[in-house]
Amino acid sequence: MHELSLAENVIRIAETAARNAAAARVTRVRLAVGAFAHVDPDTLQFCCELAARQTLLDGAEFLVERTPGQAFCIDCKQDVALERIGFPCPQCGGFDLRVTAGDEMQVLDIAVM
Amino acid sequence: MCTTCGCGHGETTINGIAPVRKRHASGPLGAYRRLEQGAAHAAEAAPLGAVHAPEVDPERTLRLEHDILASNDALAEVNRRQLAQQGIFALNLVSSPGSGKTTLLVETIQRWARQTPVAVVEGDQQTANDAERIRATGAPAVQINTGKGCHLDAHMVAGALATLRAEHALQDNSLLLIENVGNLVCPAAFDLGEAHKVAILSVTEGEDKPLKYPDMFRAADLLILSKIDLLPYLDFDVDAAIRMARQVRPGLEVIRLSTRSGEGFDDWLAWLAAGCAKAQRG
Repeated sequence: MHELSLAENVIRIAETAARNAAAARVTRVRLAVGAFAHVDPDTLQFCCELAARQTLLDGAEFLVERTPGQAFCIDCKQDVALERIGFPCPQCGGFDLRVTAGDEMQVLDIAVM
Repeated sequence: MCTTCGCGHGETTINGIAPVRKRHASGPLGAYRRLEQGAAHAAEAAPLGAVHAPEVDPERTLRLEHDILASNDALAEVNRRQLAQQGIFALNLVSSPGSGKTTLLVETIQRWARQTPVAVVEGDQQTANDAERIRATGAPAVQINTGKGCHLDAHMVAGALATLRAEHALQDNSLLLIENVGNLVCPAAFDLGEAHKVAILSVTEGEDKPLKYPDMFRAADLLILSKIDLLPYLDFDVDAAIRMARQVRPGLEVIRLSTRSGEGFDDWLAWLAAGCAKAQRG
């Protein structure tokens, strides 16, 4: 899987921010992973812990928040909650959906000392 | 390297040569930089060697809201801009291993008959076999070997483009075909700077692949159903496959194609020609 590449990015982003804030270490990282993001949250968390070794994030806690998926249904012309890609519109059963939220993969915030 | 699946960047090569990655340059182990000088500094600066405890909360929260893929996406944008400046129509071909990507490329280059120059970037974990197959057609090709890596990223493609340029093989108003690592999962997340992802699904696979691997089919702008000459020998339900693909990617264009019989090539070459014309105008 590609989670380690993503985890390396997480470490780089957090380290850069910590350095800019003249912090000595990062104790916690909060990530947001959308319902449709191309990543497995548990694997990402595990890979972050691995990639954190010998960095400012060594031993940091990684928290992953899932953000819900949302789509605009072309047929019933409204925003609807969507659990997974490939599922129908929960209102009308149609598949003509444009995803409006749920793709995000972000470092939300970090706790530093 | 990832201990669960072995994915990582350490063994990537382009035409057999390992590119220099800046972030690997400074670390003593060729990996991450060691603990900050900042920490040591603060301790030294304090009187009697004690560490200062200033009047601030020892733990602070920094709000970042930084996209995890921002660095890849930024580099992909650089690739995209450079390709656009040269009027190059670039495609990222994605599929599972064995769907017939390389055969499709070889046949496409031959049937394209130099309507525009073509260059190819090949991605595989190991071997230069695919690049050699492409070069045998007369088209220039660069082989990226990802080592244990499971996908191409924008940085690798930037390196491959530089190699092609150095060989004067990346011509203005040309067609660039990037064959990703055969993998229906990971390449979906990584923008390389291409105009479109093209997913290839062979009819020897299950027709429910689009539902099993929705990320890839959702990321694609064109689906090629390959090996359709084999349909008489299989139970593959073409309509069901297309229906499921459009379930995850509404309006997805589909071309049914066989490199053996040549069926579908007119549509595919017309699609490529339209893309090239648009890239050149833009």
